[in-house]
Amino acid sequence: MPLSISPARVWREREPRYRLVGKRCKKCGAIIYPPRPACPHCGSRDLEDVELPRTGTVETYTIIYTVMDGFRHKAPLPIAIVRLDNGLDNGARVLAPLTDIDPEEIKTGMRVEAVLRRIKQDGEHGLIAYGVAFRPVLSEPRK
Amino acid sequence: MTRVYVAGVGMTKIGRHFDKGFLDLTAESAFKAIDDAGGIEPEAIVVTNMMSSRLNEQDSLGAYIAAGLGFRGKPAFKVEAACGSGGAGVYNAYLMVRSGLFNAVLVVGVEKMTDYPTSTVTAALAQAADAEYELFYGASFTGLNALMMRYYMEKHGVTRDEMSEWPVMMHSNAVSNPYAQFRRKITKEDVAKSQVVADPIRLLDSSPIGDGSAAVLLVSEELAKKMPNKPDVYIAGAWMAVDTVELTNRESLDRIPAARIAAEKAYKMAGLEPKDIDVIEIHDAFTVNGIMLLEELGFAPYGKAAKLLNEGRFHPGDRPTANPSGGLKARGHPVGTTGVYQVAEVAMQLRGDFPGLRVDGAEAGLTTNMGGDGSSLSVHILRKT
Repeated sequence: MPLSISPARVWREREPRYRLVGKRCKKCGAIIYPPRPACPHCGSRDLEDVELPRTGTVETYTIIYTVMDGFRHKAPLPIAIVRLDNGLDNGARVLAPLTDIDPEEIKTGMRVEAVLRRIKQDGEHGLIAYGVAFRPVLSEPRK
Repeated sequence: MTRVYVAGVGMTKIGRHFDKGFLDLTAESAFKAIDDAGGIEPEAIVVTNMMSSRLNEQDSLGAYIAAGLGFRGKPAFKVEAACGSGGAGVYNAYLMVRSGLFNAVLVVGVEKMTDYPTSTVTAALAQAADAEYELFYGASFTGLNALMMRYYMEKHGVTRDEMSEWPVMMHSNAVSNPYAQFRRKITKEDVAKSQVVADPIRLLDSSPIGDGSAAVLLVSEELAKKMPNKPDVYIAGAWMAVDTVELTNRESLDRIPAARIAAEKAYKMAGLEPKDIDVIEIHDAFTVNGIMLLEELGFAPYGKAAKLLNEGRFHPGDRPTANPSGGLKARGHPVGTTGVYQVAEVAMQLRGDFPGLRVDGAEAGLTTNMGGDGSSLSVHILRKT
């Protein structure tokens, strides 16, 4: 089976994808995820790396029934945009699959936390690409 | 400054053209447009298309189509902006004529989608999104629009039933359009009962997969004056704006700010306001796109478009009439050429010879073509002289 996952391509995204490293704009304060070379809000190039919190709230979600090639075994596939917790700043958003949950139980506003999950693989014995998925936070310590 | 006239238009019916390839489809629309303009020979050709590379294994598309249609030796190139390719191509041709360097530029769009299984087309369409942070996770294009649709409906308290008015109106408008892919009416119940593609988007919220080609021939004022039948429709305003391809870096998930920016610029160029527009052809690849664009283009207050639609606004007889062609939903959406269809349709509305539902006495029209889920927006405002 031909290799469809490029090791270099997966490797170079490791910081943002596994550790949720985004950017903070030093000019306007925006948190950017995925990271970009310039701030999408003010255009500044003066950015710094910031590791984002791994908990957040589902801002919106979908359950995909007509999946793309390569995702058939995951259908129906729940995908969410999660607004991460972030102290004083506006939290960044992350798009990722939801995992460890029955699609029927997904709700806007639910609390979730990031975990590492297998996203796709090259056949049974090939390369595996990992990424973040969010699962429900079952209990949170009182703040 | 020179005006840019729409001197000729041509379209193919949208559908499953098993017997036609890129050259058959483009020959039909391009030659129609040229003949419609009295046989004017284009000096340059802009080809618009999204997926030829991924689906049809054909690059060099500018040369392939231009040379194939008999235009060897002329400038030609492909313009790609995902589903917004057509509008982006018209915008490029407009700039070429407006610059004074060209007197006649042919824009010919084409997309050939029906040769492949749905999952393959779905994966190709998804390339409109961010490859590493959306596509990677299996977020299909429908899925991304579904994220926006749910957010919009929950934030503004819009019901499933209210949203369904859009596809119902589109199917009704398309009945008399000979170029439309679907020419049958549907009901809100049909929409609510149709298959869920990516919740909350159902099959009847979604534009279909289809093949098609549309062409427009743009000419300078100088050339227009010399034509025996001087064209009477010109592009009064045109602009394009982009936004982040990835949804997560935008300020809000229920807005399409690039549409607002492009529209404001185009209105200013044309010296018109939303109230002056008689007919619009806007991008409704999914129901939520049409609803949100009505708001961004200044035709409805924020969060209110679906409500107004259900009160009868934007229907035939009202101004502006939205998508008398049937829109992407029912006229069809051969993705990379849709924006060219829109300009051709509005030009015909203003000329008074659109062969489907007509907006009588229309003097000004607007088109909006969108690439990605709001990342490449072009707006064209057409006027009658």
